[in-house]
Parts: sequence; C-alpha cells; structure tokens
Amino acid sequence: MNRPIIRVFGVVLVLFGLLVFFTTKWTVLSRDELRDNPLNKRALIAQQRIARGSIAAADGTVLARSSRRSDGAYTRRYPKAGLFAQAVGYSYLNPGQAGLERFYNDQLVGRSQGLEGALARIQGRKPQGNDLRTALDPEAQRVALAGLAGRAGAVVALDPRTGRVQVMASVPDYDPNVLRSAAGTRRLNRAAGAPLLNRTTQAGYPPGSTFKVVTAIAAIDSGRYTPDSTVNGSNGVRISGVPLNNDAGEDWGQISLTTALTHSVNTAWATVGEDLGKGIMQRYMRRLGFGRPVPIDLPRSERVPSGEYCRGKLVNVTSDCVDVGRMAIGQDKLLVTPLEMAMVAAAVANGGILMHPFLATGTVDPEGRKALSVDPTQYARVMSPATARKITAMMQRVVDEGTGTAGALAGIDVAGKTGTAERNVDKNITQPWFIAFAPADNPRVAIAVTIEQVVGGFGGVDAAPIARAVMESLLR
Amino acid sequence: MSARNRELFGLIPASLLITAGFAAVFVQERPVVANASLTYGAAFLGLCLVAHLVIRWRLPDADPYLFPIVAVLASVGLVVIYRLDDTLAREQAQWFVVGLGFFIATIVVLRDYRVLERYRYVIASASILLLLLPRIPGLGAQVNGAYLGVRLGSITFQPAEFAKIGIIIFLASYLRDTRLLLVQRKIAGITVPRLKHLGPLLVVWGVAMLLLVFIRDLGSSLMFFGGFLAMVYVATNRLVFPIAGFSLFAVGAWFFASTVGHVSDRIDAWRHPFDAALYDKVGGSYQLAQSLFAQADGGVWGSGIGESLVKVGLPPDQAVLLPAAQTDLIYAVIVNELGLVGACALLLVYLLFVERGLRIAVLARDSFSKLLATGLATVVALQVFVIVGGVTKVIPLTGVTLPFVSYGGSSIVANFVIVALLLLVSDRARREARA
Repeated sequence: MNRPIIRVFGVVLVLFGLLVFFTTKWTVLSRDELRDNPLNKRALIAQQRIARGSIAAADGTVLARSSRRSDGAYTRRYPKAGLFAQAVGYSYLNPGQAGLERFYNDQLVGRSQGLEGALARIQGRKPQGNDLRTALDPEAQRVALAGLAGRAGAVVALDPRTGRVQVMASVPDYDPNVLRSAAGTRRLNRAAGAPLLNRTTQAGYPPGSTFKVVTAIAAIDSGRYTPDSTVNGSNGVRISGVPLNNDAGEDWGQISLTTALTHSVNTAWATVGEDLGKGIMQRYMRRLGFGRPVPIDLPRSERVPSGEYCRGKLVNVTSDCVDVGRMAIGQDKLLVTPLEMAMVAAAVANGGILMHPFLATGTVDPEGRKALSVDPTQYARVMSPATARKITAMMQRVVDEGTGTAGALAGIDVAGKTGTAERNVDKNITQPWFIAFAPADNPRVAIAVTIEQVVGGFGGVDAAPIARAVMESLLR
Repeated sequence: MSARNRELFGLIPASLLITAGFAAVFVQERPVVANASLTYGAAFLGLCLVAHLVIRWRLPDADPYLFPIVAVLASVGLVVIYRLDDTLAREQAQWFVVGLGFFIATIVVLRDYRVLERYRYVIASASILLLLLPRIPGLGAQVNGAYLGVRLGSITFQPAEFAKIGIIIFLASYLRDTRLLLVQRKIAGITVPRLKHLGPLLVVWGVAMLLLVFIRDLGSSLMFFGGFLAMVYVATNRLVFPIAGFSLFAVGAWFFASTVGHVSDRIDAWRHPFDAALYDKVGGSYQLAQSLFAQADGGVWGSGIGESLVKVGLPPDQAVLLPAAQTDLIYAVIVNELGLVGACALLLVYLLFVERGLRIAVLARDSFSKLLATGLATVVALQVFVIVGGVTKVIPLTGVTLPFVSYGGSSIVANFVIVALLLLVSDRARREARA
C-alpha cells in the first residue's frame, strides 16, 4: 500500500506547484496588467492618503486643491468650479481621473522614481504631492465662456512662441465637485450635450473655410503658387466631376490667390487643392499634426486625431475615398479638433515653426523647489519664414477687408480666417469658425473658436467677435 | 534527541513568529512597540506547552514535527487575523483554546483509535445527519447561496467540517474490509468490482455528494471527492478507480454547473472576473477580481504587515475592498502583505504537514491506520488547494477555510481533531516499528 501513498504525495506536489505558479502569475508575470485594470482602484485609494498637490492658473488662482477629511484621507476640491473643468479634469475614487489630474498624477502625488524614491520608501517618509503650474488665464477663459454664452462649442488660445495654452474652453462645462458623489457622477454621465467631453481636443468637427489656410500653406510653401498667382474663381467649376458653387453662387472669375482667401472663394481653393494633389496636401497636414492624436499634455483617451474619416475610420489623404478638391476647402470627410485649428494659426504666427502645445509649465515640490519643468519644444517646422510672412499678409487682408472684419482689434493688426461649415442644409444650421493670431507683426496669441450649431450662422459674424474679445483680454 | 524534545524545540520558531508578527502589527498601529506582543507570544507558547505535555504523557512516540507545524500555521493565522480585526483575533484565540481542548480530549479518550472501526455505520450516519442539518428550517443559515452553517444560540458552526472526519473514518474502516474483494474480479483486463462490494461505498459516497449539492457547497464536494478517490486508490492500488471516479466527477460537475444557478454563477465569475456586468453583480466576480488586485499589489516581497488595503473609509460609509478577508480571502491578504515569498513559505509549511501525514500512513502497519492517515492528510491538502486555488483563479472560488489560518471556530476545532488522530496513528506506528 505504500507505493500508492507516495504517488498520492506526488499528486499533492503537482497541485501545490499549480498554486505556486498561479501566485507567481498574479504577483509577478501579470502584475502590471492587473494594476492598470480600470476596475482596480487600489492605487487611487492608497493615493487618498497623500496630500495631492494643487493645480494653479498662470496668475496663481488655485484651480484644484486637496482638503483633509476627518478620517485622515484627502479629497479633491475645485474652488473655481467649472472654469477649467475639462482641462483640469478631476480625481475621485468613483469616476476615477481625467484631464491634467490624470496626466500629471505621478507628479501630483509626489511619486519619486529610481534611487530617491526607494530611499524615501525605506525611510518611511510620507510622499507629498508636487504643485502643478499652468499657463491658463482665468480672465480670458471667462471672456471665452461668456462669448460662447452657453452654446455648445470650444475656444482654444495659445502663445504661438511657446505653445503654452492660455484658454481652453469647452461648453457645456460642468462643476467637477459634483463628481464627489455617486449620484452626481450618474447625473453628469447622462447630462445632455456631454459636458465631460473636452471639445477642444476630443471633438472632431468639419472645419469649413478655415482649412483654406492649410491649403494656402501647401500652395505657397511648395513653390507652386505665390499670393499673386491667378486662379479660377468662377462659379460651378467641376471638382471631382461634380460642379462646386461659391457662397451665394457668386462668380469671381480669374482672381489672385490673396483675393481668393480674402473672400473665401470655394472654387478657387478647390482648384488649387486638386492641382497640388493628395501627396502635397498630406505632407503639410502631417507637419501640422493631422493624422495623429492632437499633441498636448492630456491623457491619450482625451485626444483624437484630426483628418479625413472614411466610414468612421481615420485614413490617409492619399486614400481613394478622399475628394482632395473639396477637402482643400474644409469639406469632404474632414473632422478637425479646435486645438488642431489653433495650431494651424500658431504655425503661421510663429514664422512657420509649430511649437508643441502644453497646458502645464512645471511642478514645484512642497519646499518650493522646481520638481519638473515643461520647457517649450518645437513640434515641427511646417513652412519657411517667407511662406509664413506671405500667409500672414493674406490672413490680415481677411480681417481688414474680407469675411473676418468682426475679428479686428483697435490699434492691433489681426490675421485671421473665417469658416462656416454646413450642419443641416434644410434647417439652415451651420457651424461658424474663426481662427486668428495677433499682433500680426509680432504674434503673442493664436486662437481657434467654433460654435457647434447656429441657425443662419457665419464664421465672420458669430465666431470672430468671440475671438476678438479673448485676444483683447490676453493682449491687454 | 528524543522525539518529544525535538517537538519542544520545534515550538520555539512558532512562538518567535507570533511574537514578531504581533510586534509588526503594533508598530504599524502605534509608534512604540508595546510589551503586549511579548505577552501574546508567551501565552501562545504556554498553551502549546500544555498540549506538548499531554502528547509527552499519552503519545511519547508520536511524530515530533506535526504539532510544531500546526503551531506555526496557527500563529500565522492569529497574526493576520489580528491585523485585520483585533476583536476577531480575540475570538480566534478563544477558538484556538477550544480546539486544543478537543485535541487533548481526542488523545485522552481515544487511546486506542481502532475502536472507531466498531462504530463505522454509526459514524457514517451521524456524518450524513450533520451534513443535512443546515437545510433544516429554523436551524440552518444560508451564506452566499450555500447552506453551510447551523445556528446554535449565539454561535454558528459548520457541520461539514466535522462530517468530513466522520466520512474518512468510515471509508478507512470499510475499505480495510473490502479492499481485496474490490479487486477480485477482472473483465477484459480491467478491475470491475462486484456490485455487492462496491455498493455500500457508492451509497455513502452518493448520499454525501447529493447532500453537498443539496447544501450547494462546491468546494467541500471537491474536497470530499478527492479524498475519497485517494483512499480508494491507496486501498486497491488500481488506477482505474481514480480515473473512473474523476470522469464521473467531471460529468457531475458539468451537469451541476449548467443547472444549479449558484454554481454556474461562480463558474462565470471564475472565467471572466473582469467582465463589467459580472463584476457589479451581487455574488459576482468582485471578490475574485479584488483578490487578484490585492495579490498584484504584493509583488515578490509584499507590502508589509498591516499595509494591505482591506476596507476604505470610516464605518458609516465604509466600502469593503476584500470581502471575507479573514476567511475566504486570507490567502490574498497574506500574498499582499508578505508577497510571493511569504505565500510560498506558507504553502511549503502545508506541504510539510501533508508530507508528515502521509509519512505516518507509510509507517503504519495495519490497513485501517494507513487509510485513515492517508484520508486525513489528503483532505487537508485538498482543502488548501480548493481555497488557495480559488483565490488565485486556478479553480472557481468557493468558501472553504484555509486550515488553521482562516478565522472560524468549526474549522480550527475540526482540524485539531484531525491532528490528534494523525498523532494517535503515528504513536502506534512508531512504537510498533521500534518494537
């Protein structure tokens, strides 16, 4: 009977081996996967014991801070409520994290890496969060929100020289403090107009005529055109075999490229787009950031790529389903985020060099020392300085005497471009756009404004005044 | 060194472990180390010494390592439970004392454990009755869809823990008589026992299985069945029995998995623990998912005693992160706080326990003793496998205790009776071997 007893022990050994293997699997092999599981709130719970750093605007206004509860844990407060709701995001156990709160989580909880971190843990030092500083401007943000006046839409303004974002307004907004309760979270998730959505980086819209700036960049920087080149602005020009009409059916005849931009002549720019072809358009769009998630310091899930979408999927401009002539005037299947359009304006404003947009400028540890510094970095050289100068002059004409006169500022030269995308032709609902930068000779601000739906709206009438007011606030 | 002196020295590591463990919990909670940890260590050592003296008096030749191994397991259990909830730890300490009482009583009363053979049908009937108790209206208590507990006044006890011992005694006794008859007949080279020899065995087993399905405890069912197969295999030395039995179990498990709601829920939760719908469902995969998250946090070295997140917030709006941390999920807490290294050490201690138990079976001279020791050791091994396997997602999670470590009076008392029986068998075997 002893041999079977020993065999039984052999089976027990195998079973225990399985237990050791599976314990190893969860503690070592699949460890990171389990820790990244969205259902796993253990790290968030542990971080509630840490005094999370604050988030401040450029002028020192506190946008997010930690407050200590009676049980010793910390909870998040947002003193300015919905002012920078989508940009700052939130950090609660229940809905989790979003926005800057999520992107800079490691800094905000003071998680130090490497040797220093290990030393701190051995010494049992309690981690303390670093404070996050941003370039956000509360006053200009208020102006932007007042301009949108509750209508769904977005405003982004940044300094073209550094890429620092000063205004990031997305309406409808929300009060992040509400997310502290489960009931509030449920209500916000169901709320009309999806307030949790950051429309500046997460919403893709048809850009309308503002996209003609991209076509202009490609046309001039490729050397194929000059601002004085003559183009055909007749009404009803066939584009991809189908006749295209100008606004109000106006027939412009043979006009210069500058005139074509000043009055936003569709047929002229569509002809230019077809002539340049998909390859050249693709090259300049890539340089401007199209085709990739819009670059900014926000979580990946809050950044969508701008570009041509065929059957819901992002495709290359060279794809067969792209009508390059209509794309060149911002129609076809283009979906573009407001931040991307602000980047187009910024690239022209900064002499052709596009800076990487950043919300944060850096973090400071509890002792006031710099913990992380977010330095301005170049994203791409989009065009030559000469091209940028020519495009600037063309965009100035738009504001001086063209469709964008409502964007003009007293005593400051503004360069801009209007856009009016069709949303519902039967009900005459449009999406007005305006992109601009100022002062034209030494730009300090670049901006994109859009309102989702306006009955009978025009970019020059509905969006340009908002841009004007925000730029005025930022340049004051 | 004599066996008993080796046992005495073996108790020192257990006492050091519990002293150090309590000290670690104290340091976690208060800035200074209280003398209390020494007091706890001393009290624990004192209790173990009493048991040791009884073994020295009645079972001088018994295995010297079994009791110290149990002391190590019990001290790990007490420390981890204390770290979770000091009220529960105090109760567990009381149960530990009661368990030692049963341990001593078993040793003193059952000087010659072979008298048990005479009462095998009484024991079998009593065990089945015990299994039935939880389903009697007014007496039983349903926990998580299974009928496991019986309420007696203010305490609830789990009769399955005691029934398992009774059934092992019955099987050991019955198989001793019929083991040769079971292998007499061969058809086409395969051993096929006559129905009249196999019959009573199948009846008792069938009733036990049916009752288990009736009380809906899959874990215990797996334990009973595995132990049964191991005993039949050792009794007959024919692989055909475990192979046929295992196939039968697979068919049965598949049948019940698709018909009994409680069982199929458990299996769904096991296969897809991170499925959002199952995760949010009452009795769904939340417990398993949280168990795995806790283990991932532990890593190789663990986060340290007292560092594991078990509950969140203060009582009014407290959320439980690890449900049943002191019973079902205690292994997850151990992995979290002591890491892969600590968990493997614990499994090694269990393996040593099983090894000592089966060694006793090998040394024993008569078939009844061999079968009894095999059954008892195997059932402990399987119990560890069922609960640790459940917590680590090897098999569906079911609620059985981790022997000597989990919180639970019935479990502690029953497991101490198992140790007493093993020591009784061991004493006789080693005395006869020496003579």
